[in-house]
Amino acid sequence: MDLQELYRETILDHSRRPRLAGLREPFDTEVHQVNPVCGDEVTLRLRLGAGSGGDRPLTDVSYDAAGCSISQASTSVMVDALTGRSAAEAALAYRVFHDIVTTRGTMTADPLDHLPVDLADALGDAPAFAGVARYPARVKCALLGWTALRQALVETA
Amino acid sequence: MSRSPGPDLVDDFPVLARTVRDGKRLVYLDSGATSQRPLQVLDAERRFVTTSNAAVHRGAHQLAEEATEAYEAARATIAAFVGARADEVVLTKNATEGINLIAYSLSNASTTPGAEHLALGPGDEVVVTEMEHHANLVPWQELCRRTGATLRWYGVTDDGRLDLDSIELSARTRVLAFVHTSNVLGTVNPVTELVDRARAVGALVVLDACQSVPHLPVDLPALGVDVAVFSGHKMLGPTGIGVMWARADLLDQLPPFLTGGSMISTVTMEGSSWAPAPQKFEAGVPMVSQAVGLAAACDYLTEIGMDVVAAHERALTARILDGLADLPGIRVVGPTGTTAAELADRGGTVAFVVDGVHAHDVGQVLDDRGVAVRVGHHCAWPLHRRMGVQATVRASTHVYSTEADVDALLEAVRATQGFFGVTTTTGAGVR
Repeated sequence: MDLQELYRETILDHSRRPRLAGLREPFDTEVHQVNPVCGDEVTLRLRLGAGSGGDRPLTDVSYDAAGCSISQASTSVMVDALTGRSAAEAALAYRVFHDIVTTRGTMTADPLDHLPVDLADALGDAPAFAGVARYPARVKCALLGWTALRQALVETA
Repeated sequence: MSRSPGPDLVDDFPVLARTVRDGKRLVYLDSGATSQRPLQVLDAERRFVTTSNAAVHRGAHQLAEEATEAYEAARATIAAFVGARADEVVLTKNATEGINLIAYSLSNASTTPGAEHLALGPGDEVVVTEMEHHANLVPWQELCRRTGATLRWYGVTDDGRLDLDSIELSARTRVLAFVHTSNVLGTVNPVTELVDRARAVGALVVLDACQSVPHLPVDLPALGVDVAVFSGHKMLGPTGIGVMWARADLLDQLPPFLTGGSMISTVTMEGSSWAPAPQKFEAGVPMVSQAVGLAAACDYLTEIGMDVVAAHERALTARILDGLADLPGIRVVGPTGTTAAELADRGGTVAFVVDGVHAHDVGQVLDDRGVAVRVGHHCAWPLHRRMGVQATVRASTHVYSTEADVDALLEAVRATQGFFGVTTTTGAGVR
């Protein structure tokens, strides 16, 4: 496996220019996630809009992250894709992204196939992380920001 | 004729002949985490298991006798390796268990008649340093939490040495625990000076020798410390065995940590009494084949000569430091001097950061080229915070490491900078 398979241009680009980065007000909950192996960390704030249950939109997801290019980029891709989406869509996206980075080279179908078309479009950068699945030590890096968002969604449910 | 460190020894370590990541030669520079084991160690374990395996210190059959003799002979060899008496060497699961053993024994002193003078309480102090591995920090934090004692620590200077002026020990300092050679910085701490300070206030001295005993000639009793720990797997021996050495009179006074079989003198339904040390601290059937393997590792290193091992690693450390100094955008976290005097106070671990590239990403590119290093905080998170870095790349050598390994590391670091486009010197840029 080539290094370029892991470090796709999409990932390098997001790691250098993280989208929607920074911590913003107002927010409903703030969570902190750490990778104890390497000390990478992310602080993530979630602001939800009006609605009930899974229909509530993620009106703002802001974050401050310190870590490797994989964790920085995956958080950026997540926030870029899910801001404005509903909580239910975010939960669905988590499951899909988790599959992408943990299914060790066995994923054959397009991981975004069974998603609604507009959500699949929003997550267009996510399959770039498929190379992570070949390196078990990097899975935690790729999931750091996503784990933070999932925790924030649980706390605001 | 004894052999020289480096390429001459490669045949003893078959794992070094394998390839990784699509045919790349394995360049193993992670010996600070765990060292590779020579065939001589594996053969000794196999010989024991295939001829004499039995539970030690119990049973009257021939195998039990032979196993007990093998275990105690191993203890004597391990003790001699660090200049110690056999009855002062307690064999543990690993060095971490050794530090927990002493910390919990000190806890238990408060409820053990005759050992109360060793107990800690509110107002007492345990002193550590900011450069400790978590294994020599967390158990002391926990001891303080259980007893109400206060944890204090020596700070670290910007160049990665202990700041000996940062605190003063007091009459309430009961324990001074510090690392001999830092597992990150490579700094060798001034043991004599620290022992003198502890003696002046009557504190026990506990030495974490995990990164010194495997790489330098070390005579533990001569250092003047009271307790020292090290682990087998960092000195060409097996995992699952560590050593806690302590002065005999201290072992006599300390209550046990783990209790059960093997460590007793008499047992009734109402209560029990303890066997003399070291058995008092070795509850349950011990790790016999690991002890035999570790003794074989001691023999292997002794045959080469620990002074020769140390000189070999100093030369490689200088090659790493000089090579990194020639590269732009590299910051070594720890002492960087390569004169003979400077290297005498330094072990063979070199931690560094590559400007603009996170340590994990550096490690990934190195791994792609077959170079195995450690990335992260190396179980020394407070030290990384102190040095202002989130994570570092750590290269660490041992007796089998070669100049070619160092050159492969340096080339891979250059390639990393090219891959991530953080330097113009290679021209490769990011693809």
